[in-house]
Amino acid sequence: MGNRKQLEIITESAIEWLIRICGISAILFVFGIFFFVFREGAEFLFGGLDLWQFLTSPEWYPTSVSQKRYGVLALMAGTASVTLLSMAIAVPFGLGAAIYVSEFCGPKAKETFKIVIELLAAIPSVVWGFIGLTLMNELIITLFDAPIGLTVLNGGIILALMSVPIIVSIGEDALKAVPDSYREAAEALGSTRWQMIYRVLLPAAKNGLLAAVLLGVARAVGETMAVLMATGHAVKIPGSVLDSVRTLTATIAAELGEAPVASDHYQVLFIIGILLFTITFAVNLIADLVVKGIKEQ
Amino acid sequence: MFTQIRKTVKFSVILAAITGSFLLTGCGSKSGGGDAGPEKMVIQNSGSDTMVNLAQAWAEKYVGVNEAVSIEVSGGGSGTGIAALINGTVDIANCSRQLKPEERERAKQNTGLEPKEYIVGYDALAVYVHQDNPLNEITIEQLANIYGEKGTLEKWSDLGLSHGACSSDEIIRVSRQSNSGTYHYFRETLLGNTSDFKLGSRDLHGSKDVVELIERTPCAIGYSGMGYKTDHVKFVKVAKNAGDDAFGPSLETALSGDYPIARPLYMYTLGEPTGDIKVYLDWVMSEAGQNIVKASGYVPAVMPEASAE
Repeated sequence: MGNRKQLEIITESAIEWLIRICGISAILFVFGIFFFVFREGAEFLFGGLDLWQFLTSPEWYPTSVSQKRYGVLALMAGTASVTLLSMAIAVPFGLGAAIYVSEFCGPKAKETFKIVIELLAAIPSVVWGFIGLTLMNELIITLFDAPIGLTVLNGGIILALMSVPIIVSIGEDALKAVPDSYREAAEALGSTRWQMIYRVLLPAAKNGLLAAVLLGVARAVGETMAVLMATGHAVKIPGSVLDSVRTLTATIAAELGEAPVASDHYQVLFIIGILLFTITFAVNLIADLVVKGIKEQ
Repeated sequence: MFTQIRKTVKFSVILAAITGSFLLTGCGSKSGGGDAGPEKMVIQNSGSDTMVNLAQAWAEKYVGVNEAVSIEVSGGGSGTGIAALINGTVDIANCSRQLKPEERERAKQNTGLEPKEYIVGYDALAVYVHQDNPLNEITIEQLANIYGEKGTLEKWSDLGLSHGACSSDEIIRVSRQSNSGTYHYFRETLLGNTSDFKLGSRDLHGSKDVVELIERTPCAIGYSGMGYKTDHVKFVKVAKNAGDDAFGPSLETALSGDYPIARPLYMYTLGEPTGDIKVYLDWVMSEAGQNIVKASGYVPAVMPEASAE
């Protein structure tokens, strides 16, 4: 009897430590990655790079023989335009689908739906990129009479399709977490289903829904391969959704492999990595503050 | 109650996955440390995206020549191959441009060995347009005016063409990512070393992608190896100067020097190759190897002085 208790104590503490290590490792990995990216880019960031020009010039000539110029304004505009468009498509569709799956669906349709949505999430990004490069390109050329179909619109739709599954699954979890007593109370008060969703469920689940949207944004900002193929990869500040653009992530993906290690070009690509880190951090921080703001109300 | 159970299940699955991955990485590092075994010699060959089809064809045929050796081919671009050569992680680097002096220097510093150069063939860089494009001939100057930073040609009508399939009349420039060997060579031929390409071209990430995009885009013009031609794109004949005869890319015009954008294709090894690597390179330069160059749509390196020294 006593023996068994001792065993339990040992396993208990062992598992506790294992979980603790798992938790700490996540933090260590993030800091490790940040440290590595920062170290690779630091030398040029603090010596040589004109930071003002880096952030405000649209001229990206990293391999010019006559005059190298490192300006990422056009790349930032590219990332921003594609992300905004994809969110404009994915958020309403994603949240709508989440509400449908969680509130309106019968149990059988729900299972089918979830399987299909998870399947959508499992499609590799290079396949999405290929769809963008071939199918969507032709579709956009014929539908909009555009000179080329590799555009913000193309990338935005592809990214929206990629982030919808995330928004749906996390959004649905958030809605499911709202206690049934809320729904029962709303119905007892004579509210319609729409009123219940709009006035009771959405406010109650807003933190989770915001998290769903943010993870969708993160997916869109961080996506590389699909946007590399679907947006046309052209250094240009877009004037309309039918312009080609190039994103920060796609630039790193396309050029890092061939940039000589420790060259200026190589380091600038890592500085773009730092910039991406900063953008993601800012988005998360703002979201955190917004959530806190909502809580205090 | 049910959610509780689901949560526990989920949690244990995650835990299992984590411990599983720890175990896997543990095993991986052990087996990775050992050698592949002495019975089969593996030659690592990577680099130029233009040459990847050719290198693959050599590797496949070489299995029949020498079964004890297998060649592992990967693409990624000339720069990738050179970077790997400098780091000493490949045996042979494929390159569609010549090694720069500073790269040569770095390879020497890093490995203590001087890179050795082989010209294994020539590639005529073809200018492609959509099959419905009425353009048949173009001069180097016009190309420079389309692609260059100071270029003024932006519409097909500027070239005196009425391009019916392209209603916007805009010339869609298709290019390559700025550190590919193909991009470097094309820019150097068009603009020399004083000027850059205009921003806003669609910079694709592979020779095949360029042709694939032009196939589907009536307004586009682009450049890629001539081996990538399909039925839905056409070659544009290129003239050195206005008034000169224009030539299409082919074996004959590239060899005779009439075609103005043909370039050598290189293979580099670290130091003088020995053993299986030397045997393989000798085979590449032999008649059998050079016939594969021809069959893959490239031009064989027939000039004897280019073969070894």
